[in-house]
Amino acid sequence: MLKILERTHVRAESLAVLLVLVVVMAILSPVTGSGVRVFLTANNFFNIILASATFGILAIGATFVISAAGIDLSLGSVLGLASVTGAALVVTLELPWYFAILGALGAGAAAGAVNGFIITRGHVPAFIVTLGMLGIARGLALIISSGRGIYGLPEEILFLGQARPFGVPTPVFILLFVALASHYVLAHTPFGHHTLALGDNENSARATGINIRRQRMLLYTISGLMAGIAGLIFTARVNTGDPTAGLNYELLAITAAIIGGTNLFGGRGSILGTMIGALIMGVLQNGLNLMAVQAYYQQMAIGAVLIAAVWLDQIRTRGRSLQ
Amino acid sequence: MSLLELSGVEKSFGPVQVLHGVNLTVDAGEVIGLVGDNGAGKSTLMKTITGVYTTDKGRISFDGNDVTGRNPGERRESGIEMIYQDLALAPQQDVANNIFLGREPTKRFLGLLPGFVDKSKIDAEAQHMIDRLGVHVPSIHLPVGMLSGGQQQTIAIARALTFKPKLVIMDEPTAALAVREVESVLNLIRQMRDEGIATILISHRLNDVFEACGRIVVLRRGNVIADLKRDETDMAEVVSYIVGAHG
Repeated sequence: MLKILERTHVRAESLAVLLVLVVVMAILSPVTGSGVRVFLTANNFFNIILASATFGILAIGATFVISAAGIDLSLGSVLGLASVTGAALVVTLELPWYFAILGALGAGAAAGAVNGFIITRGHVPAFIVTLGMLGIARGLALIISSGRGIYGLPEEILFLGQARPFGVPTPVFILLFVALASHYVLAHTPFGHHTLALGDNENSARATGINIRRQRMLLYTISGLMAGIAGLIFTARVNTGDPTAGLNYELLAITAAIIGGTNLFGGRGSILGTMIGALIMGVLQNGLNLMAVQAYYQQMAIGAVLIAAVWLDQIRTRGRSLQ
Repeated sequence: MSLLELSGVEKSFGPVQVLHGVNLTVDAGEVIGLVGDNGAGKSTLMKTITGVYTTDKGRISFDGNDVTGRNPGERRESGIEMIYQDLALAPQQDVANNIFLGREPTKRFLGLLPGFVDKSKIDAEAQHMIDRLGVHVPSIHLPVGMLSGGQQQTIAIARALTFKPKLVIMDEPTAALAVREVESVLNLIRQMRDEGIATILISHRLNDVFEACGRIVVLRRGNVIADLKRDETDMAEVVSYIVGAHG
């Protein structure tokens, strides 16, 4: 078991936190009429994964850029932009259904590519570029949609968010596919090795002949593409291109990546760890919902988890370097 | 014909000109020492050879080809390796991955998906290389950052030698090492020379330079001001060139 964790770079601590959280939430959750804890029902289980799927995919994007010592603060806004772009093409312009997919993924990847281009060509810090994009993408989403939701997507798109083939919601399949493909890329391809090396020591990566500019460009494009996929799922779930979709989701995504074991300063990252991080955030949110804790407090809880996760990581790494 | 040939290489950073038309040749299997005061342009010159810096003017040819416009990856491919003073290792990645960084062998996963890094091949060849250099590293699966300075130096050398280079540039490889480790690095340079690998050794330690190198090149203010055969010079003369006492 420990060997599997080591090989997949998943931290035992993350898994332990998830298990403890599940037990605590199960004990604290209300009981249904038939005497079962609401938290433990199959339906609730899918609720957690459904909610986690959107920011889980964002968290995958965050994992790629943070592993390379970058950051993407625009994830949530780009999700919103992708959502309205896809919906506007199909609903407003009445193009065929698959334009919702092309539009959402295209808008996401394009926003990411713009981030990457300015970061690599203009040498503007990623923090500033993606913070600026946070404003630009959200504004653009509101302009495209005139500030209102774009309702009424075709059946084919709704299938991606609301159908349950084999009894399992479609977004769960999409999340699984994206996560496995991303794990393959980050853990087992030269591209993944170069990403971690770049985050670990940029000089080292450059000295060994890795094309750093191209690497960064691709990483931010991937991050934007993930926001596009998440935006598509969101749109399909609520049957709306929503310009406010994904508000504050970058907080969830980055937190999920960090508590999953990705090093905020680069050099270490694991998609499977991030998935556990996303589940931790999902369970936390869901449990607090079931206990009828106000959404305002939930925001606070998530922010506190992010700070605590990085604080603990600092204590660990400092402890190690003192040895 | 020389292995490496630099003619009229110039390099400026903004208003500061660091290299003023450097000419230098290195033959196959030759070990030369590059010495000079701080700020003489040694590191800049080496980085123009590896391609990390582009040249403003001049021509660099290697192994009969003009490599002036080529990037670091392509030059590494053609046989130029550099071991940096800071070693340029990725501290959180393991020993084996560091040795193969930038040149990971791949295979098909389950005979299907392409581009799968062949980790077992990396591990086996890294272990083989470490054994060949005759140094002790606790495990090739350890992150490099957990090893001692001497062990890290060995990893950097192993990385340079794994892909059969023709020229290895070493920037102050002995500066941070204990006496016994210095001896093993110098032995390694001799072993490389016997295998026909050329070495450029940058060092402030003239003892090491005189022990390992057949030729000593002195750089001063971005110019080559002396190119001396070891057997025809002595430490006093080299020092006088370094400090500019030769006019």
